[in-house]
Amino acid sequence: MELINPGTGLVFWMLVSFGILLLLLGKFAWKPILRALKEREDTINEALENAERTREEMARIRADQEEIIRHTKLEREGILREAREIKNQILMEARDKAGEEAEKLMKEARLTIENQKNRVLQDIEEQITRLSVEIAEKVLRQNLENKEKQKELIRSLIKDVKMN
Amino acid sequence: MLLYCKGFFIFVRCNIFRMIKRRVVPWIGFLAIFLLLPLEGLALSENETHELPEEEDFQPGEFIMKHIGDAYEWHILTYKDFHLSVPLPVVLYSKYSGFHVFMSSRFNHGHDSYKGFLISHEEPHEGKLVEVLNDGTVVKPLDLSITKNVLAVFISVILLLWLFIAVARKYERTRGKAPAGFQNMIETVILFIRDDVARPSIGERHYERFMPYLLTLFFFILANNLMGLIPIFPFGANVTGNIAVTGILAFFTLMFTIFSGNRYYWKEIFNAPGVPWWLKIPIPMMPVIEILGMLTKPLVLMVRLFANITAGHIIALGFFSLIFIFGNMNPSMGWAVSPLTVVFTIFMGALEILVAFIQAYVFTLLSALYFGMATAEHH
Repeated sequence: MELINPGTGLVFWMLVSFGILLLLLGKFAWKPILRALKEREDTINEALENAERTREEMARIRADQEEIIRHTKLEREGILREAREIKNQILMEARDKAGEEAEKLMKEARLTIENQKNRVLQDIEEQITRLSVEIAEKVLRQNLENKEKQKELIRSLIKDVKMN
Repeated sequence: MLLYCKGFFIFVRCNIFRMIKRRVVPWIGFLAIFLLLPLEGLALSENETHELPEEEDFQPGEFIMKHIGDAYEWHILTYKDFHLSVPLPVVLYSKYSGFHVFMSSRFNHGHDSYKGFLISHEEPHEGKLVEVLNDGTVVKPLDLSITKNVLAVFISVILLLWLFIAVARKYERTRGKAPAGFQNMIETVILFIRDDVARPSIGERHYERFMPYLLTLFFFILANNLMGLIPIFPFGANVTGNIAVTGILAFFTLMFTIFSGNRYYWKEIFNAPGVPWWLKIPIPMMPVIEILGMLTKPLVLMVRLFANITAGHIIALGFFSLIFIFGNMNPSMGWAVSPLTVVFTIFMGALEILVAFIQAYVFTLLSALYFGMATAEHH
């Protein structure tokens, strides 16, 4: 049976050529190819990992941002509230001050008025006194016959004046 | 499994079409050279149809055996008395007459003898070179001839080297970029071998060591299986259907297994744990069985590939022979049978392409499994 009887030449050449093929392909083909495949896989894995990391980083940054924004909002509200308080305080103070001022002015005015009044009253009194004296002079000068009557008249006059 | 292979086949075909489209010009030139060779003699579309029996009855067995066997010349066609074949160098060493190198055309297609050497037509050296000494005794010299199969192996080796070194250079050139074209097709197969054969069979720790061998093995078997299906000159030799070739491949697997076997592997063989001591001492029954098991594994690899490819060729050629068997009875019957035969042969060809992939896969997978056993770290 030729079929199952290996030829020595074929065995020898097959051994040699397959061995050479194995060595050459191993060195010049499979090594660079497998290395390139591995490199590419590593690159892809790395890129994916990077993407994942970047995504996490982004999420973290966004959270930070939100935190900052929230914080800022709170701060703004605080500042506004403070400002409002200060405003109110200032207003109140101003109002108080204005009131006081008004009071003071009023008091002064009243004092002035009182003084004026007093002075006027004094003037009036003086005038009255002067007039009375003048009247009395006139009365005295005109008729001194009816002494009793005259006296009474003077009295009543003075009374009237006093009453006024 | 079958579905997977089908998908794989379709995928490969698509890629081949794309590749051919892209490189149509060199391919036409390439094909033209080899198409012109057989046409030189006569315009016959099939190179197998030359065996028209003129002087004697058509012998299908002989015809088939001649086609699947090895030869000292590469026969292309015969028409009547015209033989077209490529003579191949004969290299031999005889104890009696020393070292000889000459072309096989000296034998005049096996009819003549040269310097006392001739191709034997009788058992036990039928089809092989023998030396007839002066006293008439027939001896077998050390025959290192470049036979048809050796040349086919050389061609496939050159083809594989050219192909894969080109692919490797493409990888270097397009570093870090996506693969394209033929490189992409090869990459699919390489990744398949790596991720679906080597990794699960050998394991993450050791698989890288065996990748070059597994890839070389797979592509060598696949290339020769496919080349064996192309029936024109530089292809068509039954390389992977030759027991010497499959034997050497199995021998490499055995050597890799032996040299990468760790202490657990050897302990399993010489002192298998969990086996009663009286099976090991005084008669080392278990070690003997284990060593036999170690040797049968590559033996089975050898026979499986050889038998599958040879059987495929025999069946395809058998179908083909039907034309001539019927044609011998009556020429019109030969014509009548031929369409059916062509259909059968095409079917067998398609099946053979499938088998080409499956057998390359099985040989590689089993080798990987044996390496996995040799490097496993258990217990």
